[in-house]
Amino acid sequence: MEKKKEGPDVRQVISGLGSPVKVYYSPEDLTEFGYERDLGKPGEYPFTRGIYPTMYRSSLWTMRQYSGQATSESTNERFKFLMNHGQTGLSLAFDLPSQVGLDSDDPLAEDDVGKLGVAVDTLSDFERIFEGIPLDQVSTSFTINAIAPIILAMYILVGEKQGVDQKNLRGTIQNDILKEYIARGTWIFPPRPSIKLVGDCVEFCIREVPRFNAISVSGTHIREYGANAVQSVAIPISIAQVYIEEVLKRGFGIDDIAPLLSFHLPVGGRDFNFFEDIAKLRAGRRLWAKIMKERFQAQDLRSLQFRFSTGGMGGGLTADQPLNNISRATAYALAAIFSGTRSMNLACFDEVYAIPSDLAIRTSLRIQQILAHETGVSDVVDPLGGSYYLESLTNEMEAKMIEILETIDRKKGIVHEIENGEIQRELAQQSYLLQKKINSGERISVGVNRFSVKEEERDVEIYRVDPDTHDRQLECLRRVKEERDGARVIQSLKRLELAARTEENIIPHLFEPLKAQATLGEIVSTLKKVYGQYKEPKTV
Amino acid sequence: MGDGRRIRVLISKIGLDGHDVGAKVLVQWLRDQGMEVIYTGLRQTVEQVVEAALQEAVDIVGVSVLSGSHLPIANRLLKRMAERSIRDTLLLFGGTIPREDARALRAIGVDGVFPSHSNLEEISDFIRKNLKR
Repeated sequence: MEKKKEGPDVRQVISGLGSPVKVYYSPEDLTEFGYERDLGKPGEYPFTRGIYPTMYRSSLWTMRQYSGQATSESTNERFKFLMNHGQTGLSLAFDLPSQVGLDSDDPLAEDDVGKLGVAVDTLSDFERIFEGIPLDQVSTSFTINAIAPIILAMYILVGEKQGVDQKNLRGTIQNDILKEYIARGTWIFPPRPSIKLVGDCVEFCIREVPRFNAISVSGTHIREYGANAVQSVAIPISIAQVYIEEVLKRGFGIDDIAPLLSFHLPVGGRDFNFFEDIAKLRAGRRLWAKIMKERFQAQDLRSLQFRFSTGGMGGGLTADQPLNNISRATAYALAAIFSGTRSMNLACFDEVYAIPSDLAIRTSLRIQQILAHETGVSDVVDPLGGSYYLESLTNEMEAKMIEILETIDRKKGIVHEIENGEIQRELAQQSYLLQKKINSGERISVGVNRFSVKEEERDVEIYRVDPDTHDRQLECLRRVKEERDGARVIQSLKRLELAARTEENIIPHLFEPLKAQATLGEIVSTLKKVYGQYKEPKTV
Repeated sequence: MGDGRRIRVLISKIGLDGHDVGAKVLVQWLRDQGMEVIYTGLRQTVEQVVEAALQEAVDIVGVSVLSGSHLPIANRLLKRMAERSIRDTLLLFGGTIPREDARALRAIGVDGVFPSHSNLEEISDFIRKNLKR
């Protein structure tokens, strides 16, 4: 975004919010600034500077690189390997058929079994994943949404079999279905019953699995889909409030719910701006604290804390000159650190082509370690706080977020906007305009529309899925179906259907079908009879 | 034929991959280029896409895949297109596609491969130059 202006050598710069950016900032830009009111100490309301008083001086952010394995056996091996190396935070990704509730033998699943994560058809698969891993000694993060209640129930059953009380299970379940309709597409049921299922998970966690983070509201996919920096925080804040309302109406208090909620927010992307990303996350912390205190009357400190992890966006990386992506990821990581992230997974240099290779995953981890240990950027909390530019940008970001939230309210809420496709259309249009700017060279992309080389580049090493995965998984499923008690499966699914029709919390009613080895596909088909299936609105 | 009628394009998502913003960006671009573009939406089968291509008499079939399943999808799609005697339709693939797979796709009969964030003008130019009718 730069244009030549008359006069000597001063580029005109327009911010991602559409406002002109000055050449420098001064006290004049912060005339109303009040330290206690606008920033406060780290760990104190309104938490602009960070949710904890000492941040990285006490513990560094968690460096979490995401990797999917194809089968329950290979995942189990990987988990044991990580545990032997001292890692206690496990992370489980599922293949696409599992994410949308299809069994591995479904014709629609054919190309995707075991591809982007593990295939789960029945409780037996889940038992194999966690075999020999004491669930009271690990914390497991599940990237799962539409079938979150089923995965939660499976984890509880595996724990039960190991003799681990569900009160001692620790982990995080993504359980953020609304962004799936906007950006990622792994929906099953329509939005309204899906929100009810999100509420079922939260309610069950509050009562029975209190050490589990029941929701991680994600802004990363929305950003990838075309949201600008400020929308990528404002829309998740709006979505989080939908889930909160769903649980509040079941008779819980805000301080029961809010501490179980966290966010996963983006840094980087095709229209990355270093300072805007830091400012939007600081503004998000301040705004969330105010909303929780003023609108929801939260008392508990944990309810006011805007807990987020950050994802360094793959969307900003380029297929041309892939090693350049290491420098891009470094800039993203720095922005995440200056924003005060508690956890980071960073895009890998080859992920424009495929699932990241081991080398690329390790390099992203090394970027984080180099910044943490070799540069001094983790020594002081919120080191950019007080900068005239950053503080005025933070104010502007907060004001813009409030404006977005008010617009969503005026349009009858985010759920309504998702149902009629309005928000999807708006973001896809933004993505289109941005792509045109890159095509025309108005937005510089190094190695793509500037400084490009024409010669064929060497291929990068690519991670490949074992071609036998599909057949092995089908064989497991066939055996389970052969050995199980068919009548018990049918009976338990009937009782599940009844519970769904009477709008009870379905999680207690998932245990029996799962123990009877009902498949994921059978359970989801049963629920579809009650909830129906989502149909996409026209969005383009 | 070159009969001067507008170029007709079908943009599709085959399989379970739900990342469709790239497909939608291309839909808008090709429409702005004066082409008639139909978007199938998510979770289509090879059979559905081939039938839609026949029914809509399109000149171009574009398939967007970001889940890594582009090769098996392309194999089945080409087979189905041959069975239904579709010959003068240009087949394009886009998405998360490694360079060596792009070569493999071209080798089995895919006309053009455009990885994520390809230049939009390159795609529309390619279509105009290689149109089979």
